[in-house]
Amino acid sequence: MQNFLRDAVEFLPILLQGVWLTVVVTIGSLLLSTVLGLLWALMRVSGIRALSGLSAGLINVIRGIPIIVLLFYLYFVMPDFGVALTALQASIIGLGIAYSAYQAENFRAGIEAIDKGQIEAAQTIGMGWWLTMRRVLLPQAVRIVLPPYGNVMIMMLKDSSQASTITVAELALQGKLIASSTFKNTSVFTLVALMYLTMSIPLILLVRHFEKKANRK
Amino acid sequence: MIELSNVHKRFGSNEVLKGITASVEKSEVVCIIGPSGSGKSTILRCINGLESYDSGDILVEGARVDNKAPSIVAIRTQVSMVFQRFNLFPHRTALENVVEGPIYVKKEPAADALERGRALLAQVGLAEKADAYPGQLSGGQQQRVAIARALAMQPKAILFDEPTSALDPELVGEVLGVMRKLADDGMTMVVVTHEMGFARDVADRVLFIDGGVIVEQGAAKSVLNAPQHARTQDFLHRVLHPL
Repeated sequence: MQNFLRDAVEFLPILLQGVWLTVVVTIGSLLLSTVLGLLWALMRVSGIRALSGLSAGLINVIRGIPIIVLLFYLYFVMPDFGVALTALQASIIGLGIAYSAYQAENFRAGIEAIDKGQIEAAQTIGMGWWLTMRRVLLPQAVRIVLPPYGNVMIMMLKDSSQASTITVAELALQGKLIASSTFKNTSVFTLVALMYLTMSIPLILLVRHFEKKANRK
Repeated sequence: MIELSNVHKRFGSNEVLKGITASVEKSEVVCIIGPSGSGKSTILRCINGLESYDSGDILVEGARVDNKAPSIVAIRTQVSMVFQRFNLFPHRTALENVVEGPIYVKKEPAADALERGRALLAQVGLAEKADAYPGQLSGGQQQRVAIARALAMQPKAILFDEPTSALDPELVGEVLGVMRKLADDGMTMVVVTHEMGFARDVADRVLFIDGGVIVEQGAAKSVLNAPQHARTQDFLHRVLHPL
């Protein structure tokens, strides 16, 4: 135990540098996946066959490719097409695209769960498609979607570790580097695990808060 | 101001409207009665384009109703609708529900719309409930907010789709009272209802619909008190003497 504490004091500053990148990757890809997911979901429920077909196809393609392959593609293959991304950019874009498929299905489920009478009420006061979405459906869908959205946030935090495969020195990679140079595997990976857990606790509390709020209505 | 001529509508192989021809004059109150599944609600839903129809014509103030055409928005702002299940927006207060259309569809200045919205809530007897959410209101109160929301669009006519069918019996009166006041003020109204007392006292005309056709129509009192057609007699007998 004393050894562990001594190691912790020694390694924590290095690991915290990794935490910073983990947070950047998580927040960046969360934002991107939310925007893209909303776009796919809106295309899906647009009622325009070409758009909803395109969206359904995209979602299936994205879901069918492992995140790690997507990251390799962005980081190692895109330069061949003249698009050179930094490792950080590639990991945010890759995770953002990968998760946009799950976000889209969440959002679509939320929108479709709302009573059809709401759409009719909006139509009868002259609202068009976009106004109905913005003023009537999306504000109500948010309540339904928040609990699964919270789960996605936790999954993204953990999956940000996949960025280590394309050299982003986030928490998992920092840990691996320290472990392989000091051979203190137990101390290092226990620390890494505790740090992921610590970061996910506020998210878990946030999800619980969302769920309570959703149930109250 | 509303004219239907030979309107046909089918859902799959089920023809629900088999050639409906009828008209509603300005300031007239027309009640549509008939057994469930007879196509009553479908007529209302076709008039403001919630459903498309397969053939025939529906004209509102001379403009043909076509829910695929952009003109449908203008028609919907002239012909409001009140639903059986109220369909208030649960995430907005009573007042916000009322002013939603004026502010976001008609682009009225918010201050004017809010002032008129409060006046409309007062008109339906809910001035003190302006800031309540629909979930905090009784069914009767919700339906009165829905009527205020319809009125806020300053429509030329209001369609009521069984406005009291989802209410507890003791709450029916407050909604019918508001509707009667509207009728007295000269609002053009088409009301699908099972409230025969309301139809008799308030309606100018009654249409009895069965199996997708108008079986009988005429002045409210004559249809309800002295129905000519056997199906109308049978229906009224069953509604008025259920035991």
